[in-house]
Amino acid sequence: MERSEIETKMVDLLVEELGIEREKIAMGSKFEEDLEVDSLGVVELLMALEDNFDVNIPDEEAENISTVSEAVDIVAAKVNG
Amino acid sequence: MKRATVTGWGKCVPPAVLSNFDLEQVMDTTDEWIHTRSGIKERRVCHVETSDMAAVAGQHAIAAAGLDPEDIDMLLVATCTPDRLIPSAAAMVQAKIGAHNAGTLDINAACTGFLYGMGIATGMIAGGLATRVLVIGAEKLSAFLNLRERTTAVLFGDGAGAVVLEASDDPEEGVLGMELGSDGRLTQLLTVTHTGTEYPPEAPPYEERTIWMEGREIFRNAVVKMAEAASNVLEQVGLTLEDVDLLVPHQANIRIIDATAKRMGLSPEQVYVNIASYGNTSAGTIPIALTEALEEGRVNPGDLIVFVAFGGGLTWGGAAVRWGRRTKPVNASDAALPPNEKTGLQLLAARPRT
Repeated sequence: MERSEIETKMVDLLVEELGIEREKIAMGSKFEEDLEVDSLGVVELLMALEDNFDVNIPDEEAENISTVSEAVDIVAAKVNG
Repeated sequence: MKRATVTGWGKCVPPAVLSNFDLEQVMDTTDEWIHTRSGIKERRVCHVETSDMAAVAGQHAIAAAGLDPEDIDMLLVATCTPDRLIPSAAAMVQAKIGAHNAGTLDINAACTGFLYGMGIATGMIAGGLATRVLVIGAEKLSAFLNLRERTTAVLFGDGAGAVVLEASDDPEEGVLGMELGSDGRLTQLLTVTHTGTEYPPEAPPYEERTIWMEGREIFRNAVVKMAEAASNVLEQVGLTLEDVDLLVPHQANIRIIDATAKRMGLSPEQVYVNIASYGNTSAGTIPIALTEALEEGRVNPGDLIVFVAFGGGLTWGGAAVRWGRRTKPVNASDAALPPNEKTGLQLLAARPRT
């Protein structure tokens, strides 16, 4: 899967699942500082990613995600791995 | 085979309120932090014991069913915070309310305890072992809160709720189906430390005792397992999500409730929520929520109500209940806790060992 495709889907999920304004989201956005997504919000996003991309992201790996780009990295590695 | 149908309901929430602002004074937290992460604004702290709340809730449920305490032939208390290890809270409640013709048993399935109680009651009724079962969910978790553990101490509260389940020949109403599950491999995700036989007198001090939880893993498991349990139960009884009138979930965290409802495809109007007022009262949440849903007119005759719960163990459960014709209590009870003059903060500070 192309990275750009994952990025697009990621932004859609952030808008749909977490109610974040689309204009605010950049690949470098930090979940906590820039998007005001708390730790449970990250879990909510992970669950949506797992459902949408049909991957499994364990909590240990998820703990290191702080930016949108890092979330894309993890999904890309799983989908294309 | 006899059906088990809910004929009575009641609750007991202790009078002392402990708000998020109160907690700000005694621990490192803020109202905003607690509310955005859990949906909780305040909780109650009990000035007496678990069996006292259970007895009051039970008396209200018996009166609502139009019964006398002597009519009850089985008395179940779901709790993980009984007054003592022996006797059971159920035996204490029996004495307090005069249900002298009942067998008594406590059930510990943590926050899923009330649904396990409903399952045991339903099975006993179906098997002819009981005809009128009082099922109570009661907890005094304030006794185990550790104010240095900011991620868990803010989540829990005290309270009790109860239902009477009676044998019925009407195949259209009552408990239609249930699922009760557990995964003991995940015990470490939610636990109360420094309790039980692992804690002999020479072990570290009570100050270390705490409710411990892996919040993120619990969140994920809770949402997935509760949505699964609901869907399995509906499939089991040949119904679909479209048939559901009201979801009454365990009240642990508004974010878990919202995510579960979303996963199930239910709209917010179909979900009963009262977590802002009481926090997580463990086995108490579902019967308290059901009682308040009835008081607020949210339950209509013939409604399909789905209950889901999740808790330490890990345990989980789901139930599909077709409500009967009556949504008003037959009788009212004036049972109440003894008077209390102390504030929630004063009661918290007065706890002997924490």
